[in-house]
Amino acid sequence: MNSDTPEYSTWTERLADRTLRYRWLVIVGTLFFVFGAMMGARNIAFDNSYRIFFSEDNPQLQAFDALQNIYTKDDNAMFVLTAAKDSIYEKDFLEAVQWMTDEAWKLPFTRRVDSITNFQNSVAEGDDLFVDDLVPYDVPLADKELKDIREIALREPALFNRLINDRGYTTGINVTVTFPEKSITEVPEAAAAVRALSAKFQEKFPGISVHTAGVVMMNNAFAESSQLDMMTIMPAMFIAIFIIMAILLRSVFGTLAAGAVIFFTILSAMGMMGWYGINLSPPLASAPTMIMTLAVADSIHILVTFINELRNGRKKREAIIESVRVNFMPVLLTSVTTAIGFMSMNFSDAPPFRHLGNVVATGVMIAWAVSVFFLPAFVSLLPFRIKARSASKANLFDRFVESLVCRRVAYLSGSVAVVVFMAVMIPRLELNDQWVQYFDKGMEFRDHADYAEENLTGMNNFEFSLPAGESGGISNPEYLETLDRFANWYREQADVVQVNTLADVMRRLNMNMHGDDPAYYKIPDNRELAAQYLLLFEFSLPYGLDLNNQINVDKSATRVTVTTKDVPTKELRSLIDRGEAWLVENAPAYMQVKAASPTVMFAHISERNIKSMLGGTFLAVVAISLLLGFALKSSRFGLISLIPNLVPAVLGFGAWSLLYGQVGLSLAMVSGMTLGIVVDDTVHFLSKYLRGRREKGLDGEDAVRYAFQTVGKALVITTIILALGFGILGFSSFQMNSWMGQLTAIVIVFALIADFVLLPAFLLTIDRKKKAQRIEQLDMEPEPIYVRS
Amino acid sequence: MNDKISKTLAFKLGALLAAMPLTANITPEQRGLEIAVEVDLRDTGFGDTKAEMEMILANRHGEKSQRQMAMRTLEVEGDGDKTLITFDQPRDVKGTAFLSFTHKEGPDDQWLYLPALKRVKRIASNNKSGPFVGSEFAYEDLSSQEVEKYTYKFIRDEEVDGAPFHVIERYPVDRKSGYTRQVVWVDRNRYIVTQIDFYDRKDELLKTLAFEDYQQYLDKFWRADRMMMVNHQTGKQTELLWSDYQFGNDYTSRDFDQRSLQNAR
Repeated sequence: MNSDTPEYSTWTERLADRTLRYRWLVIVGTLFFVFGAMMGARNIAFDNSYRIFFSEDNPQLQAFDALQNIYTKDDNAMFVLTAAKDSIYEKDFLEAVQWMTDEAWKLPFTRRVDSITNFQNSVAEGDDLFVDDLVPYDVPLADKELKDIREIALREPALFNRLINDRGYTTGINVTVTFPEKSITEVPEAAAAVRALSAKFQEKFPGISVHTAGVVMMNNAFAESSQLDMMTIMPAMFIAIFIIMAILLRSVFGTLAAGAVIFFTILSAMGMMGWYGINLSPPLASAPTMIMTLAVADSIHILVTFINELRNGRKKREAIIESVRVNFMPVLLTSVTTAIGFMSMNFSDAPPFRHLGNVVATGVMIAWAVSVFFLPAFVSLLPFRIKARSASKANLFDRFVESLVCRRVAYLSGSVAVVVFMAVMIPRLELNDQWVQYFDKGMEFRDHADYAEENLTGMNNFEFSLPAGESGGISNPEYLETLDRFANWYREQADVVQVNTLADVMRRLNMNMHGDDPAYYKIPDNRELAAQYLLLFEFSLPYGLDLNNQINVDKSATRVTVTTKDVPTKELRSLIDRGEAWLVENAPAYMQVKAASPTVMFAHISERNIKSMLGGTFLAVVAISLLLGFALKSSRFGLISLIPNLVPAVLGFGAWSLLYGQVGLSLAMVSGMTLGIVVDDTVHFLSKYLRGRREKGLDGEDAVRYAFQTVGKALVITTIILALGFGILGFSSFQMNSWMGQLTAIVIVFALIADFVLLPAFLLTIDRKKKAQRIEQLDMEPEPIYVRS
Repeated sequence: MNDKISKTLAFKLGALLAAMPLTANITPEQRGLEIAVEVDLRDTGFGDTKAEMEMILANRHGEKSQRQMAMRTLEVEGDGDKTLITFDQPRDVKGTAFLSFTHKEGPDDQWLYLPALKRVKRIASNNKSGPFVGSEFAYEDLSSQEVEKYTYKFIRDEEVDGAPFHVIERYPVDRKSGYTRQVVWVDRNRYIVTQIDFYDRKDELLKTLAFEDYQQYLDKFWRADRMMMVNHQTGKQTELLWSDYQFGNDYTSRDFDQRSLQNAR
């Protein structure tokens, strides 16, 4: 055998030759690597908390942590019960609420349960202060008593629009939980228990419908949406990819070989994710689909060349070596640029996207290695029976190129006009991250949260921990008055559903202490009085229903919670900003604080990530342009390549502005990430153009023609594959993923258009101007490093 | 008075004796009750006490707050004790006085005197599981621990740092209690409680109370100088420091009525 081996002139050929000679070693080595990497998958668990989207040094997260340190570290789950008979103020229904309240105490990690029945109502009778459940255990039957309960509930600021509303057919049971944060199974465990209790309730009280909402359910939905994506998007992607490969390659074994590449790449990349110590979160759930898409592009290049060579009548071994020779460097270059693009996500403030970038970058490099080593070795073992035939000379692009040549200026100015128009559209985009809407309609969490929003209360809130300036200061009448005015101001604002504050408790106690005289439903007028009322009230409260979640230990600060409708981020931020401004204008300096809550954190997440990604995207542009300049061996063409590399993102965001008008967190990553992908088109097109001019001595027009003839079809095919892959991601149940997929697909399509219209029109235009002197100079330039023949 | 004591003693001894002959196959419930009765018995007859208490509250973050109170207790034979707590600090509740009559069965009677209002208010609530002045102690943790307020079960005997302990569980009789059970460590030599683990309604460990620095008074009665309550779920904790224990103050029930509240200090 060895003696038959011809001497190869290039090192890529020699490499391919070695690969084939030691093919068993290569195959076994690949299997070992895949297996070793896969072992890492054991470490992967599902991350389930909204907190994962915020880095440790995120200021909004820090503010919220500080608030939780002062009071308690809470999350909540809410049951929304809907009465069949239009009214919750019925004996049967109230008994059901009581049953559910009692059972909810037994849910894992529960610290507190609030319902209309266990609300601690205070009533005065002479010098006796009665504090008891609003609905006693032997629920009264008499209409009069039920009517009293209704009236008290509707008047009570702590209940109204939080656990009940004036529509009267729904009520909420709010369960406060504190996760020990010791095990990753805490959230699913709690969510499963909440659902089990709902089911049990439904069985016991079939006439009453139950919905579940709250942060616990949202956190759980993160994991569920990841799982859902893995089960629906990934298989869909597999099927789509195999169909495409079957059509393109028209070879069972070719498809099998490409399938093996993709399969091994995904297994090892996801395994490496485990070794990196990364857990699965919704953004990561899109990693396999992305890797699959990008891996196809690698293997398809090698296989297409190989099969074409077979068709041209070459022997299998020679066809393989030729394919590796032609593709080794281009595939390496495009893989490296793609990896750089994905690694730009490391600048994101949201750790899951950093992880996504690193995992996909790893996958892309693995795909390259598997494609250039394992694939040739594996293919050499498979029996390919492909008839030699003459390649068709007809070119699809001929007519298009003629039109380009004739109307180059029109094409160029038209392109520029489109780019400018799209760029103008971009500032119209509004940042919007409404966390409930991250999840698709049809997912249980979203549907239930929407139901709760429509029928009971708001799912968004923000909190102020308002200091009173001194120890025990919360009893100061001025402090309480300010608190009261602040709460009332918020109650008057649009979109505010409910405001919870200690001031209301104080008003009620003052009234109780004055024989329930409504004239005294106001803030007590001296500090001692307020402090002593509070002491008295605290003596009267049962387990779990105390005021410690509203008052700090030093009694020097209280917490005001504002619940709002699910409004776009812009409105929400305005609501928060106006509240903070109100404090500056109307409250003493020590009360001038900022709002905090998960809702506030999400309200700033896009802006923060866009800012942090600016640096990442810039670095990616610089790195990729340098790489291109080096690969094309021309700084001039490195600069020219910037145009088709940057334009697609501009077009993509412009189109997005026309389509949706709003952007969210994940789109902050798209420009950096797609840059690495779209650059491939440019590289292929420019390198062939240069090869035409430098090697074949063609003039500009013919060089463009040559570029279209040689890579036109391949670029269309890879664009279809990539757009399809990211387009399928667009069907994700999780908005961050689906938006990212859709926009990436759009950008990729625009990239092809830019490379087919804008770039050649530009090349032709500058070429005509400098035709004479350029040709000579170009001939002197060295050829691109990987385009040798 | 002696008559009363002997009656209770007789009852308690009777309970003990009833269990005695069966030591071999006594049920864990009987054994648990036996230990609880012994603890109670050894603290019977102290008459009255007076002490200062300082409460130091801290949250997870280490922020602290302090309360200053004085407590008087009158032992009542045949029923729960009477207690009178007066507040010194924080300043804005100074002079506020809290009077409670614990009962072996049924809800306790509670009154609060509010100096700012110059009135005594009766707290007509069955709730005693809420936090005591915002601390990690519930009122039910601090009030007089009558045998009848729980049912019991003996768990095991064990040695901690070389000292022998009985470990028993007790289950609150009051359905409004915040706890499903408490695990109590009883010093086997002195029959005093050194640690209690509190389990919440979902039977998860909620809090641990450690009694430290026990001092003996009148050669008989043990009182802890320091009680440390840690809430495992919220990370908050409360330290209770006792000082100036005085026995034999000759208090009568007239020192523990609504009128006495107003000039408790």
